[in-house]
Amino acid sequence: MIVGERKSLEDIRKMISGYRKVLVAGCGTCVTVCFAGGEKEVATLSSALRLAAKKGGDGIEILEATIQRQCDIEFIQELKEKVEQVEAILSMGCGAGVQTIAETFREIPVYPALNTRFIGRTDEQGLWSERCAACGDCLLHLTGGICPVARCSKSILNGPCGGSKDGKCEIKSEVDCAWQLIYDRLKALGQLNKLEEIIPVKDWSANRDGGPRKQVREDMKL
Amino acid sequence: MKSGSNLEKILESGQFAVTGECGPPQGADRSVIERKAQFLRGNVDAVNVTDNQTSIVRMSSIATCALLNQMGLEGTMQMVTRDRNRIAMQSDIFGAYALGIKNILCLSGDHQSFGNHPTSKNVFDLDSIQLIHAVRQMRDEGKVLGGDEIKGVPKMFIGAAANPFADPFEFRVVRLAKKVAAGADFIQTQCIYNMDKFEKWMQMVRDRGLHEKVHILAGVTPLKSVGMAKYMKEKVAGMDVPDEIIERLKGAPKEKKAEEGINICLETIQRLKEIKGVHGIHLMAIEWEEMVPVIVKKAGLLPRPTPPSEVKK
Repeated sequence: MIVGERKSLEDIRKMISGYRKVLVAGCGTCVTVCFAGGEKEVATLSSALRLAAKKGGDGIEILEATIQRQCDIEFIQELKEKVEQVEAILSMGCGAGVQTIAETFREIPVYPALNTRFIGRTDEQGLWSERCAACGDCLLHLTGGICPVARCSKSILNGPCGGSKDGKCEIKSEVDCAWQLIYDRLKALGQLNKLEEIIPVKDWSANRDGGPRKQVREDMKL
Repeated sequence: MKSGSNLEKILESGQFAVTGECGPPQGADRSVIERKAQFLRGNVDAVNVTDNQTSIVRMSSIATCALLNQMGLEGTMQMVTRDRNRIAMQSDIFGAYALGIKNILCLSGDHQSFGNHPTSKNVFDLDSIQLIHAVRQMRDEGKVLGGDEIKGVPKMFIGAAANPFADPFEFRVVRLAKKVAAGADFIQTQCIYNMDKFEKWMQMVRDRGLHEKVHILAGVTPLKSVGMAKYMKEKVAGMDVPDEIIERLKGAPKEKKAEEGINICLETIQRLKEIKGVHGIHLMAIEWEEMVPVIVKKAGLLPRPTPPSEVKK
């Protein structure tokens, strides 16, 4: 899933200062799962904004709405009625959600209430970590199912570098060395021979380096 | 000869090589290079110039190497893949060669979080092994990575680093083998303080026959003080400083700590000279370049075999 984190109340208030009526829009998919921008978080942020406005003496009316997916125009349409009543939208979706709202409602400003962090997984309640960098050219078959692009601090493809110590990365003692994990995994699988091969120079054009990406499935088009 | 560099000539003739290191200044002051050069000239066969080490912005390695070459030394340009993509790196290799630089050391580089621009973006288009491969392809096939032919091929003597003290230990020699397969001609190791571990690593190197395929230069750095030893042990990534080294420095009288550090360094060099497959030392006297002439002399490594060429304009 896409993991997001809410911006500070102070930053959010700065973005929407001057508006008297704002819609806080949540998303029911990834950011609901990571407790950043679902229905509950919409309610929490809305209350906080109302309270802060009251304290500051500047009146603000907050409307709330949470839709299934902000990255889907079909669901975005459900916001229409409320959007028509406000001066600005505060999206609690990921970056794709914020932009889909902006592209759908062209006449009204949209602001991001979250920082979109990464594609990751839930490690435990309240803890998520990055797993995929969406490089567009998956190498997991070579690396024991552990991604060096997303999980090595230097994204090196022929690690571990000289900074790997006791299973940890040189940048921080709490960061696992991805290449130690790869080594251990391949060893357990009896596939250490895979690490004798040099992984060649990567084609980064499949990554965002090739420009904004698009995917077409002709067979799925209507 | 692959490059015809002084370092290559010495290593290929089977002589014990000595390389030094010069950290460029955090600014454009060339007098810093001149000062360091006077201690290195005639005492080492080539001088590594670090490439924004620990991610602190410094004078570029390429410019500093060119200055050292003018001063009668031979620069070894360190190149990290952190800050440049394959376009910029290959371009700089052309430029470096045109400026007379013939040795390159290919590294991935310290992560930018260590330096004075921790909020910068890193590149890592290539890793160190892929950079070695690129430099060799440029030299031996006369082609850039993209396949286009090069007009005026840069004939670099290709170096790489090895850290016998990083983990997983049993994989370290495999990684060295990959660097050799990619095209490394010489290897410079991390600073050695744990001799037993280094000897174990060298045994693994010999078991794979790598000592016959690549020149290994063993890294040594004299310790100035107990504080420096502790810093290296605790703060520098991938460094292994055994407690007995620290205790030995602690035991020396206050005014003799530095001297004891030099003694440890000299004993290390003596042991390294005996190890089969070690073809030289890489002496990194970090911000202590004035000790290089003393160490090299006391270690019996003078005079250097081929005197570096005189100042050329």
